[in-house]
Amino acid sequence: MTPALIDDTTLYAVLAPFAAAVVAPVLTRWFKHNAAWPLAIVPGLIFLHFTGFIGPVSHGETFVAAKAWAPSYGVNFSVYVDGLSTLFALLISGIGTFIILYAGGYLKGHPQQGRFFSFLFLFMGSMLGLVLGNNLISLFIFWELTSITSFLLIGFDNLRAASRRAALQALVVTGGGGLALLAGFILIISATGEIEMSVLLGSPDIIKDTGLYLPIFLLVLGGAFTKSAQFPFHFWLPNAMEAPTPVSAYLHSATMVKAGVYLLMRMHPLLGETALWTTVLPLFGGVTLIVGTLLAVRQTDLKLMLAYTTVASLGLLVMLVGTSHEKALEGAVLYLLAHSLFKGCLFMVAGTIDHEAGTRDITRLGGLRSAMPITFAAACLASLSMAGLPPFIGFVAKEVLYYGTWGWLELGLAVTVTAVIGNALMLVIAAAVAIKPFFGPKVETPKHAHEGPVLLFAGPVFLSVTGLGLALIAHTTGELFVGPTLSSLVGEFKQIDLHLWPTKINAPLILSLITIGLGVALFTQLDRLRSLVGAVLAAIGWGPDKGFDQFVCGIVGFSGWLTRKLQNGKMQTYMMLIFIFTAVAVLLPGFMTGSLPAWPKLPDYRFYEWGILFIAVLGLIAVLIAKTRLTAIVSLGIQGFAVALIFMMFGAPDLSFTQFMVETLSVVILALVMTRLNLSPSDHRPAPAAFLTGVVAVAVGLGLTLTLLAITQQPFDSRLSDFFAQYSRAIAHGRNIVNVIIVDFRGFDTLGEIAVVVLTGLCVLALIRVRTKPDKDGGMSDPGPSQPQKVEAS
Amino acid sequence: MRTIIFRTIAPYLSALMVLFSVFVLLRGHNEPGGGFIGGLIAASALAIYGIACGVASVRRAIVFHPMGVSGFGLFMAALAGMLSFFKDQAFMTSQWLIFHVSDVEVALSTPLVFDIGVYLVVVGAIGSIALALEEREAD
Repeated sequence: MTPALIDDTTLYAVLAPFAAAVVAPVLTRWFKHNAAWPLAIVPGLIFLHFTGFIGPVSHGETFVAAKAWAPSYGVNFSVYVDGLSTLFALLISGIGTFIILYAGGYLKGHPQQGRFFSFLFLFMGSMLGLVLGNNLISLFIFWELTSITSFLLIGFDNLRAASRRAALQALVVTGGGGLALLAGFILIISATGEIEMSVLLGSPDIIKDTGLYLPIFLLVLGGAFTKSAQFPFHFWLPNAMEAPTPVSAYLHSATMVKAGVYLLMRMHPLLGETALWTTVLPLFGGVTLIVGTLLAVRQTDLKLMLAYTTVASLGLLVMLVGTSHEKALEGAVLYLLAHSLFKGCLFMVAGTIDHEAGTRDITRLGGLRSAMPITFAAACLASLSMAGLPPFIGFVAKEVLYYGTWGWLELGLAVTVTAVIGNALMLVIAAAVAIKPFFGPKVETPKHAHEGPVLLFAGPVFLSVTGLGLALIAHTTGELFVGPTLSSLVGEFKQIDLHLWPTKINAPLILSLITIGLGVALFTQLDRLRSLVGAVLAAIGWGPDKGFDQFVCGIVGFSGWLTRKLQNGKMQTYMMLIFIFTAVAVLLPGFMTGSLPAWPKLPDYRFYEWGILFIAVLGLIAVLIAKTRLTAIVSLGIQGFAVALIFMMFGAPDLSFTQFMVETLSVVILALVMTRLNLSPSDHRPAPAAFLTGVVAVAVGLGLTLTLLAITQQPFDSRLSDFFAQYSRAIAHGRNIVNVIIVDFRGFDTLGEIAVVVLTGLCVLALIRVRTKPDKDGGMSDPGPSQPQKVEAS
Repeated sequence: MRTIIFRTIAPYLSALMVLFSVFVLLRGHNEPGGGFIGGLIAASALAIYGIACGVASVRRAIVFHPMGVSGFGLFMAALAGMLSFFKDQAFMTSQWLIFHVSDVEVALSTPLVFDIGVYLVVVGAIGSIALALEEREAD
């Protein structure tokens, strides 16, 4: 079904958060933390806008809207609204509303609160642009923007080294993946000729038919796996918990890390259902699920426990999407919805506990249920959903996903076992998060714990109640949200029938009971399990996090080594390197392609022409045998003047004129430089060094000569000279073609060149002004590299 | 270097060279010459004057710091290119104003302004390098 064109309101809805980001600091200056209330209206309105799509989308309709951005490259700012993007847009704007409120309470009185709001809004807009993105290039730009805003948010507390490291790590990992994704997108565009996602989705086999499926698959996976923290790229996500809690709740559980899963879901009709897809994705997803839950068990910090379970949940989602099995995909959609609700809520709960009690270490917390009853209630509801117990959306999700994995023929058993173990461990964490801080005897905390303000508990309460409500109206949930999203995943319209309570005793129900039993059993042994995992990790002693440090250190070390080698501060080394590379560059192509010029026949010169050539050679010989450096410089001038004369005789007066001036000034300036540097009057280098210089000089000279000969032996293409000769007078009103080219036809080149001249002048001036004298023969640069360049340009 | 003959002749020589450089600059569009060559001649004039009579007197004579002259030249060249914006044409589209004073045709154009910019850039940059080097020689 072809998407219907809609008006630009949806485009403005995507851009609205960017506008909010601009006004946020001002509002925060006026209303302090209460600015959260007016600011939350923005995502609230966006949410309302997207609720308008729920009805049509559930009937299988899709919509597009577009504005030209860079039309010559086919880049549009365009949105594609279908079941999947509507679900994501609703999650982003809905949870975003409460995150803004929560941030108002959490960072109350923080001097940079306005900036924080700004960053959150920037992220919100980027994320909306990503999930609604239709044009691959604009989708990629928003994808990168989420990485950048995530960097800003993780590093918000930029005075702490840990924050800075975590921010940089997240940026390097997700940004690196983003580059892979860009390459993948470009491959898609060049292989299929299409740039709009909606068009690509219209013909699902378009990529599989190109023969470039494998590279595209791997590159897209590179982007998705880094963003969604799949093993072995999972390490950046727990480190990102350095960010303030609203960020963790929003970016690193509910939205941004789901971008990778979103991409896999979005591309599923195009890339899925192949042997490669159903092998690689379940494998990585399954490993991530188990590794994530085990690492979560080991933690005692509430936020870190939740962070690792987020890694695990992302693994579960990737695993389910990897099955390409319709029922498992339905489970993935439900779990995605459930996870966003309960994890966002639990993160905010963890933040509230930290905020009010002063610690979030579960071994130092206890008995908070009477002090923080509302937060406790929210935590209970969310944890029950996370544990997969009825009557919560988490339970419904688990039932469906077990149904799917159990019914998947290829690797169903392995995937099911992985899912059961993962879910059991997830239940352990859910129980630990809900029970440890709130039950048991009251433990003395760093701050006197009490219930937080409404700004802090509004979000958790609403999200956890939604998790309950959506389960109670399971049928409607399935009809309005899960069905349309599933339709996007499988590429055809699907309607599903969802129930909260299982209608009969079947495999999923039994698997659920096993999960609960296993989970409860493991929870009673939590401390033992924790020390066991700790011991195993200590035995391994290496992880990707450490590997990242080694990688970064390696790169820094290598660049340092290379820089010290190449830029050792000695002028001779620089000049030598430059000339060696010049020699290679001019000599190598001729020898490699066998296009060396033929031996030129002796030209028929008049005697005075021979005379001038003789003077030039004489000047050169004088340079070589000169006793002192000053004599050598002047002799070089003789050679230069001879060349200028040659220019003059062969009809290039401008060139000759310039050459005269450049030679004169070069000799003057070199002589002045000579007197300033305390050089000995003559050259005292040992013979081998002088010989090496000679070899390089001859090589460069030979190379340039051969190149010039080869060029002049080609037939002369007179199109340019004809053009200039014809139009110089006619349209540029000048008879001097050289000058007309410089100031008019190619004036833009000249503008660049004179900018270089100015900069060179400034640099040389700065160099001369350096009072501390550099060592004897280093530190002085050629006074005007742009002059010979100019001569060539003429 | 600072013989009495050189010191006596240098001011006249420099003045002539500067005059000649302006001549070369202005004839450039139709005859050999132009801003670049003119700038080099003028820079040589400054260098000669500096060697003969000291850098201080050169600096007094040209009033502005040569690097400032250079920067102004760049600014002027860029600005000349922007005049075409007023006619809604692309950057650096040349604009011509041709009128007649009795029998002589006078052509004013943005390429001319641009060329003067080039001239100033070259005089300023090369001149300031030369002067800076001579100055250090003196101290």
